[in-house]
Amino acid sequence: MTSKVKDKVSTMKFGIIVFPGSNCDHDCRHVVTKVLGQEAQFIWHKERDLCGSDCVILPGGFSYGDYLRSGAMAACSPIMDAVKGFAAEGGLVIGICNGFQILQEAGLLPGALMRNDNLKFICRDVSVHVERTDTPFTCACRSGEVLRIPIAHMDGNFFADKKLITRMEKQRQLVLRYCDEEGNVAEEYNPNGSMEAVAGLVNDAGNVLGMMPHPERCSESQLGNTDGIKIFKSIVQWTKDRR
Amino acid sequence: MQAKVYVTLKKGVHDPQGEAVRHTLGSMGHKGISGVRVGKYIEVTLAEMPKEKAEAELKEICEKLLANTVIESYRYDIEGQG
Repeated sequence: MTSKVKDKVSTMKFGIIVFPGSNCDHDCRHVVTKVLGQEAQFIWHKERDLCGSDCVILPGGFSYGDYLRSGAMAACSPIMDAVKGFAAEGGLVIGICNGFQILQEAGLLPGALMRNDNLKFICRDVSVHVERTDTPFTCACRSGEVLRIPIAHMDGNFFADKKLITRMEKQRQLVLRYCDEEGNVAEEYNPNGSMEAVAGLVNDAGNVLGMMPHPERCSESQLGNTDGIKIFKSIVQWTKDRR
Repeated sequence: MQAKVYVTLKKGVHDPQGEAVRHTLGSMGHKGISGVRVGKYIEVTLAEMPKEKAEAELKEICEKLLANTVIESYRYDIEGQG
């Protein structure tokens, strides 16, 4: 009994927001519960409460069929007021693929994600360079580590004006960048035309991450690649270190 | 009353769709076309209201949903009684 209570205290509760058209919600739950042994709850987008979540995941998918702009409608869902409030208080929020698009449309992350420059849906493994390991989402990575993670998107072409890019670079907000397997960042390894080869970035405060690659799709050895688990492990480690 | 909303990419924002259309037009023999930009046209039907009020409402829906003002600009024409 005692140990059970103790486990409860040390276990994190992830809140996974489900929009109409989300399709990576179950993958995320599988990884955080079955692989990492944490708790997870699905939260329907029409709810207004995060029900005590320690970290919010906006999963990938095609919310509202990508109508109007990817993520535009989901960003106006009732639950997003709670997500904004949670983020403003320093709560950890991670948006993956469509979740990243939703975070930008909701104004929680800067810039925009536009149509891939080759106008194609790209579904393949890419390498991303971890630019810093002092964030809640990368603290379990080695400095300068290269992660191999799949992307699957049509609109991942990161855009921001020059001034914003300069500011974000100065504040070290560009956390993941497309690269080759050795970690060299160059235009030829950039799959979608993203400015500065951005694959993932954090907000000013560093508690909200958006990333186009799908770490939940490569978090188990059965799948042939476990690089993605480092992102989820980072969140758990960061949270436990601060309890 | 009805409003016609036009959402277009801001100047300087690369438009790969427009570029592809321009390229195809070139290959169709339209050699004089130097640029194409693809945008969106949206029709919004509103309850009858004074034009000023309609303008305020349209501005809000454009800013909050119809356009992403990081990359897009918008304009609208309101038709009908005012």
